[in-house]
Amino acid sequence: MANRLTTFGNDLYTGKRSFNFVGGRKKWYTIAAVLIILSVLVPVVRGFNFGIEFRGGSQFQIAGVANATEQPAIDAVAEVVPGAVARVTIVGEDGVRVQTDQLEQAESRELTTVLADAYGVPESEVTSSFIGASWGADITRQALLGLLAFLLLAAVIMALYFRTWKMSLAAILSLLGDLIVTAGLYAAVGFEVTPAAVIGILTILSYSLYDTVVVFDKIRENTSEDGQESRRTFAESVNLAVNQTLVRSINTSVVAALPVAAILFIGAGVLGADTLRDISLALLIGILVGTWSTVFIAAPLYSQLREGESAIKRHDQKVLKERERAGGSSAEALPVA
Amino acid sequence: MAAPSKRSSRPTPVRKAVRSLTWLGVIIVALFGINAAGVIWGGGSWTPKLALDLEGGTQIILAPQLADGESVSQEQLDQAVSIIRQRVDASGVSEADITTQGGQNVVVAIPGELDEQTRNRIESSAKLELRPVLLADAAANQSIDPSESPEPTDGAEEELSTTPSVEPTDASDPNWVTPALQDEFDTFDCATIDESGANVAPSDEPLVTCDSTRTIKYLLGPVEVSGEDIVDATNGMVQTQTGATTGQWAVNIVFNDRGTAAFSEVSQRLFALNGQTPRDQFAFVLDGAVLSAPQMNGVITDGRPQVTGNFTQESSKALADQLKFGALPISFEVQSSDTISATLGTSQLQSGLIAGIIGLILVVIYTLFQYRALGTVTIASLIIAGVITYLMITILGWYQGYRLSLAGIAGLIVAIGFTADSFIVYFERVRDELRDGRPLVGAVEAGWKRALRTVLSSKSMNLLAAVVLYILAVGSVRGFAFTLGLTTIIDVIVVILFTHPMLQLLAQTRFFSSGHSWSGLDPQALGAVYRGRAEFRKPVAVPAKKAASSSREAQKRQTIAERKAAQADATVGAGESKES
Repeated sequence: MANRLTTFGNDLYTGKRSFNFVGGRKKWYTIAAVLIILSVLVPVVRGFNFGIEFRGGSQFQIAGVANATEQPAIDAVAEVVPGAVARVTIVGEDGVRVQTDQLEQAESRELTTVLADAYGVPESEVTSSFIGASWGADITRQALLGLLAFLLLAAVIMALYFRTWKMSLAAILSLLGDLIVTAGLYAAVGFEVTPAAVIGILTILSYSLYDTVVVFDKIRENTSEDGQESRRTFAESVNLAVNQTLVRSINTSVVAALPVAAILFIGAGVLGADTLRDISLALLIGILVGTWSTVFIAAPLYSQLREGESAIKRHDQKVLKERERAGGSSAEALPVA
Repeated sequence: MAAPSKRSSRPTPVRKAVRSLTWLGVIIVALFGINAAGVIWGGGSWTPKLALDLEGGTQIILAPQLADGESVSQEQLDQAVSIIRQRVDASGVSEADITTQGGQNVVVAIPGELDEQTRNRIESSAKLELRPVLLADAAANQSIDPSESPEPTDGAEEELSTTPSVEPTDASDPNWVTPALQDEFDTFDCATIDESGANVAPSDEPLVTCDSTRTIKYLLGPVEVSGEDIVDATNGMVQTQTGATTGQWAVNIVFNDRGTAAFSEVSQRLFALNGQTPRDQFAFVLDGAVLSAPQMNGVITDGRPQVTGNFTQESSKALADQLKFGALPISFEVQSSDTISATLGTSQLQSGLIAGIIGLILVVIYTLFQYRALGTVTIASLIIAGVITYLMITILGWYQGYRLSLAGIAGLIVAIGFTADSFIVYFERVRDELRDGRPLVGAVEAGWKRALRTVLSSKSMNLLAAVVLYILAVGSVRGFAFTLGLTTIIDVIVVILFTHPMLQLLAQTRFFSSGHSWSGLDPQALGAVYRGRAEFRKPVAVPAKKAASSSREAQKRQTIAERKAAQADATVGAGESKES
């Protein structure tokens, strides 16, 4: 298979085999649009499953339980705070997590003792936390602030580096799409939205843009080095670059996704490792979506943004005309817009 | 791997490679040295410091309660931190870690469990009150042994009346002193004030407390003016009416309207009591401790009292600061309070490490599969990056107090993939050059030039994201951003100082330069374009569907390659003007 992927890479490099990423853009845009609409609709219909960090409340975690069942915890809560709603979850094999509304200090201490009794563990095995309802919102507000600052800075830096704001725009637009789709898919899976999930989604910023820059750098090389003498239209140059970096894109996403998947599966079954689990789910979705969008959205979008430029238009027409004159196979070039 | 064969005719890439590797060695040895020095002299450690979620402990996050549009200044935060630090220290908790976060929150992290007193102490917000003094006495009470004091107090209190027999008319009225209060005051011992937590009382009731040096105890009346009414407090020299300074330090307070009215009333009452010490004194009470209890020397109706006493410049400044900042209407509320048991911390750490190891193994398998022998370079690079990261984290733990949290570990694991990508980008570029028909040594150099540019520009995006998140974010986002940023920098260092030099050296070996089929750099397998030179005008066999456009693509591609190949033939080995 290694051989096959290598050969595949060769074919892509030489252009012997080529995927029409740029030409088929209407198809990809449609898919992306559908995904984005779904991603917006899912949370609207189902609602985000906000974690305790956003709802506020008290949380108790009991570790090392011999017989992890839900009932003792429900009874314990009913005993200490009659009428309170307890959300009890069994985590892993020997962990129990109990979430209640915000409790008073004294109630919280009492419940700790009762829970320890109910499950027959020493009190030190029961951890309690109290989270104000503003905590999650606070983290998210700061994170959104960070997001905005990052987008602005990244857009400026990319525009300077690539010497065209159009690459910047294409990259940022596809990044925004990634963020929306990742958040939507996350909601669809039904995991709790916790600050850890927010971290994961923010990391997508970093990853998605990173991935886009790698591919765009190749596009920059191809389109600038081909210059006026190129026998390819602009769209074809872009498409070739995407094809040439396709093997890298595949390898990178696999290598980046593997450790993240490992965290996801390990984190899912361990008490208290929710941080790991939520980060990794958001990341796993984001890495796949980010790689996809670089190839299918960012590059075609960039090509489309540039094709309207008069110099490029002239060049493309010249190329197509020459091609027709040379009388190659039927004048079938990549469809331009 | 075999070393370069001939020393005498060492080509420059090899010399460069050796130099880079030497630098890398120097860096690693230096990091080891710094850490060793930390361990020997500065209380450093060979293991990273762990955050509370991995080690177990209590973390309380306090957020300022702000009205809309309000914001906290760093100065106010620092003041809050120092006040909270004093409170925590007073309760005898060691190793408390009090920091500010995100420019507005105060985070208190304490190893182990937190007792009730300390918790209350931390969570109560800095409150400044002005109360009239009813009784004052030296702190040490000769007649009562401190160790016995709780018993008699408790016993006596039940019999003594706790309600005033005559309704007090104002805050200075001695009728506030009920027999129970009198007894509490008599038996009150300033040495136990922190443990007993007695120095809190509702604002409309009397308070028994001590001054902050714990030398005098007071029985104070209800609150007359609250700290929120203080607009400003400064220190300065007392001036006579002619403007000459007396050389005496004083604290000047400015009240707002409400404070002015209230204080004017108090000053009239207390001035009338002049001579009946201590009832002519009023006390500034910050968090239940008397900062200062000056006498009222005149009627002050303009709301600008001047406090004099045995002040030095420093002590007057300190009091002014305490009055000013203690007076701020910013109080903190507990935003979250987390207690993690040591067991839970350990299990989180374990699961993090297991996930990391599994992730690493998967990456190793995949790279070996994809890049064959070249994959070992990736693995070695990851190991070097791992060693440097580990050393940096232990050093930062010692030097900066950085603590590794679960989110930080997630950052590290995610970084494995991101780091490996630099190598992938590089290897793919080298392969591209090989496909263009370059010999391996040239392909490594040319591929590196292109790859470095891509790596630097894309990694700078990662770094930017990490820095922005670190500066703006709060809580666990920070720990994550930090490790992400750190690993990005280390990644770039490793790819420059290790991966590339290793490849330069390996390119000299027969195994790689001959393009052994297991080397991962086999020009045959990579379909070097040389091979196809003669075929370039033939229609290439491709799947029927794609035939038209693909063959066109291939044709164009090979035409150019052929041209280039001819060029390359003309200038053997000197090929510098390369296109991909």
